[in-house]
Amino acid sequence: MNKLLTLTTFLPLLGAVMVLAGGRALKDDAARWLALGVSLATFIVSLVILGRFDPSAREPFQMVEQAQWVESIGLTYTLGVDGVSIWMILLTTFLFPVSILASWTVTADVRRFMAAMLVLETAVIGTFVALDLLLFFLFFEALLVPMYLLIGGWGGRRRIYAAIKFFLFTMAGSAFLLLAILFLYSKGGAVSFRYDVLLDVAGGLPATTARWLFLAFFVAFAVKVPLVPLHTWLPDAHTEAPTAGSVLLAALLLKVGTYGLIRFNLVLFPEASKYFATFVGVIAVIGIIYGAVNALIQTDIKRLVAYSSISHLGFVVLGVFAFTQQGVTGGVLQMVNHGLATGALFLLVGMVYERTHTRDLDQMGGLASVMPWLMGAFLFTAFASAGLPGLNGFVGEFLVIVGTFAVNHWFGALAATAVVLAAIYLLWSYQRMAFGPVREEHRLLPDVSLREVVVLAPVLALLLVFGVAPSLLTDRIDPSVEAVIARVAPEGQLTDVGDAGSRAIAFEEFP
Amino acid sequence: MFTVGSASGVGNLLWLVPVVPLAIAVVNLFIGRRLGRLAGVVASVAVGLSFVLSSVIVMDLLSRPTEERLEIQRLYEWISVGRFSGGVDLRLDVLSATMILVITGVGFLIHVYAIGYMEGDPRYGRFFSYLNLFVFFMLLLVLADNYLLLYVGWEGVGLCSYLLIGFWFEKPENATAAKKAFVTTRIGDTAMLIGLALIVSKFGTLDFDAVLGAPGDTIAKGTATAISLLLFAGAIGKSAQVPLHVWLPDAMAGPTPVSALIHAATMVTAGVYLVVRSAPLFELSGVALTVVLIVGLVTALFAATCALAQDDIKRVLAYSTISQLGFMFMAAGMRFYTGAMFMLVAHAFYKALMFLGAGSVMHGMHEETDLQRMGGLIRRMPITGWTFVIGALALAGIWPLAGFFAKDQILEIANHTGRTWIYLLGTLGALLSALYIGRLVFLAFFGAPRSDEARHAHESPPVMTVPLVILAAGAVLAGLFLSTSAEGTLARFLEPITGPVPHGEGLSTLALSVIATAIALSALAVASWIYASGRVDWLGIRERLQPLPRAAASGWYVDHAYSTLFVKPGIAAARFSAEVLDSKGVDGLVNGVGGGVRRLAASGRRIQTGFVRSYALGFFLGAVGVLVWLGTRL
Repeated sequence: MNKLLTLTTFLPLLGAVMVLAGGRALKDDAARWLALGVSLATFIVSLVILGRFDPSAREPFQMVEQAQWVESIGLTYTLGVDGVSIWMILLTTFLFPVSILASWTVTADVRRFMAAMLVLETAVIGTFVALDLLLFFLFFEALLVPMYLLIGGWGGRRRIYAAIKFFLFTMAGSAFLLLAILFLYSKGGAVSFRYDVLLDVAGGLPATTARWLFLAFFVAFAVKVPLVPLHTWLPDAHTEAPTAGSVLLAALLLKVGTYGLIRFNLVLFPEASKYFATFVGVIAVIGIIYGAVNALIQTDIKRLVAYSSISHLGFVVLGVFAFTQQGVTGGVLQMVNHGLATGALFLLVGMVYERTHTRDLDQMGGLASVMPWLMGAFLFTAFASAGLPGLNGFVGEFLVIVGTFAVNHWFGALAATAVVLAAIYLLWSYQRMAFGPVREEHRLLPDVSLREVVVLAPVLALLLVFGVAPSLLTDRIDPSVEAVIARVAPEGQLTDVGDAGSRAIAFEEFP
Repeated sequence: MFTVGSASGVGNLLWLVPVVPLAIAVVNLFIGRRLGRLAGVVASVAVGLSFVLSSVIVMDLLSRPTEERLEIQRLYEWISVGRFSGGVDLRLDVLSATMILVITGVGFLIHVYAIGYMEGDPRYGRFFSYLNLFVFFMLLLVLADNYLLLYVGWEGVGLCSYLLIGFWFEKPENATAAKKAFVTTRIGDTAMLIGLALIVSKFGTLDFDAVLGAPGDTIAKGTATAISLLLFAGAIGKSAQVPLHVWLPDAMAGPTPVSALIHAATMVTAGVYLVVRSAPLFELSGVALTVVLIVGLVTALFAATCALAQDDIKRVLAYSTISQLGFMFMAAGMRFYTGAMFMLVAHAFYKALMFLGAGSVMHGMHEETDLQRMGGLIRRMPITGWTFVIGALALAGIWPLAGFFAKDQILEIANHTGRTWIYLLGTLGALLSALYIGRLVFLAFFGAPRSDEARHAHESPPVMTVPLVILAAGAVLAGLFLSTSAEGTLARFLEPITGPVPHGEGLSTLALSVIATAIALSALAVASWIYASGRVDWLGIRERLQPLPRAAASGWYVDHAYSTLFVKPGIAAARFSAEVLDSKGVDGLVNGVGGGVRRLAASGRRIQTGFVRSYALGFFLGAVGVLVWLGTRL
């Protein structure tokens, strides 16, 4: 069967329909199990896709499905995967069952919660497989609604403010995106929104036009990433979202932004990408440091992780706009790794919150004495997030730093300072949470339950596996990245740091 | 999976040396609680097995001709992206051979000691798991065949140091000390990481052979200086040199076996190893070696003055370690790499011995660490006492103990290469060393007991004292067997890596030795008179000298200075950034735009009739507009 991509995309939607169709007859527990079952089935389908994916294939996209949809305006149903999107799909299908299982504690309106989750899954997968710009845009917009509902419906105290802020920010970005897509479409000879058609169209544009379009795409994705100063919706959204919402927001929705930068900005507008590379690099470096600095003094643990996300996503953007093999592959790797590590952090924060009923670090302390395994898992994840070698976060960060440093010493060196800041904010927050004397009211809190072990174990295992064997990921990412770089890399620039020695830049003085 | 460099029997087992402790660390992490006391035994056996394996493999290495003493084992490609790759490749040469013997040998003794020392701790299994994990990372650090894998070990030992300093995390000050250690060393590590990026940008690889073979063919002097100094910044952090030394005294919050293993014998010497390993880069630079020499000298003197003023037995030893590491860097800075390595080995023996001795004292005195409450302990705990004296004499540099050869020859090289000032200041450092260690010994073990605990102190069990005796034997014999003069065993062994020992003219070796011994002996005599004779009111003198002793005791207020200069302004800046810039500035702007839109909307409220059908009309018209526009394009 070669409709695997359609299957994996729409299976969750089918599940959502089933959950809702069940109506009141469907008990809460049945809804939970149904949602979990559907998301697991989706995961299995995506594993089959991974198995069929051939990293050495010549064509840029595999398992391509193509059909006309709205012929009059040229909207097609075109799907496909490459070495970048395949990992985004797997990250998505992997984290959804985990998040659903972590949401067993949601008791309000379970059916609708689970339906929203499954709709969200379809929308997220859709953005990663769509190879038609209008189709992409539809998925891109569609994921706002379930996420808006998750935050607004099952969130914390200020959930309405946060949900609206999230919605408006992203919508504002989308407006630019839609205009740019329509403009590009209007310049084409053929009536089509298909990626490969518009790729040719973009190639024939005058430089100034391409630059304006680049900026329009860039703003839309920069809001999603988010890049400073378009980031302020993120801390609020994260803080107010329910656990699963925070996990999926951080792990997946932010990646839609960076994925869009690679898939559309770099490939469609290579000249403009080069033109704006330094500008984007500056913004990324500012984000890396600004996010880390702001994380330092947060007392709300969710806000802290949110700011750390801004810092980590800055790494992704920096690596991508270095246009070196190591930088871009490192950036993609960082997308996967950040998804896993930050997803795990939010899962853990949720578990702590369910016990202590606070996210305020100053209201905790000594938890390592009462729940050693949960806190051990927290520390493990914190170190993965802080880029400790051997765990997954390091590999992406290292590649981004090395890949960037070779073309711009300052960007690489400044980004590296975040390594110190990450150690400070993570260990400081861990100390306030886990060390010191335990508070009286926390003395009897239970350690991890079996369900929580099942939630955490696979994620934590991957933090280690991808740290020790990153080639599992990079072997598939590398060829696709090479194709992107071949389009975008400036004439004469070093595109692979492995060549540095043989280029014999002898006696070129530092810096 | 394994492709092995040379197919020579036992050398193939090299990977087992680090892997055995790792495996047992995992076992103890998960089922250590169920193993009970067995956890410590299993962990010790694991390190012991590593030691035996290391010995066999090193013997095999020694049986070969000098130029064939190299074994490279490629385990797997770790990071391979584009044409850059960094593998898990192990390298056994004479330098790493020396290191693994020290790590597993001294490490084994400390593990055994800890079986007794940690008895009754509720997290006994966890402790040994971390300790074994540390040994794994330390072995990885020294066995790495490229800077990438070295960095893995480098960060890994930092992690274990963090976990073990904060092992008794219920006490907030322990947790703070752990975080301080990790963050301070990570400042150096980050510089080192930038150094690695610089290496990659010039060489395209991090493999030792490619980078260190003939660096002058690829990079210029200035680049070599930049790389060397960035690497050295990492060494400054890890080896607690000025100005990143502040974490080590606080690290004494950890259990004493940890102080002995990590913060005396092994991890803190990683910086010395790094400089010796990277010598071709430092030599190409030249300037970088001078920096190493100066930092080492400053640290040696600075920390010695601090050690002289401490009342906590472990803090004396901590400052002493910083100072001794300074001597090692001095040696390396003068290209006397064998001297640095020799002192590293000797120091591992006598400093581990003294830390374990201090632990034994604490064990016998209900965790007392205050020297003012000790006195006369040698009668109550003779084995601990006399082995400690041996360690102290070795550190003070009394012939024929290990420290004598180590320090004496570093000073000799300074003298013989015409660095008179270095020689004089180094001799001053030696004098201070003898003074502070003499002070410690006489306050703790001689004179009259000054507290009930001291009067009723008891000797520790054999599981703790036997390692003391073996380490004491090591401190005695290491000097004789390994002495570093041009003909010394270690010098000849290390020559393929470190090159010949520098030579020159100066005072005769005998004259220098006589001077050094005379200085050490008189310092010890002075210490004995002040602190153990009972005829000097040293506390009274100290009061009259205030505020000098108080300043020295606080480490010359460096911590306060950092707090005022960096920590507080840093937190204030972060607070400003988060609470003003981000929430009032950036987010305020956003909310302001939102408010502006609302006001705009208010003025246009007439359009907002509130009737759904008029909205629908607007929506419909808009949609038609878009479709018409699209239609014109068809």
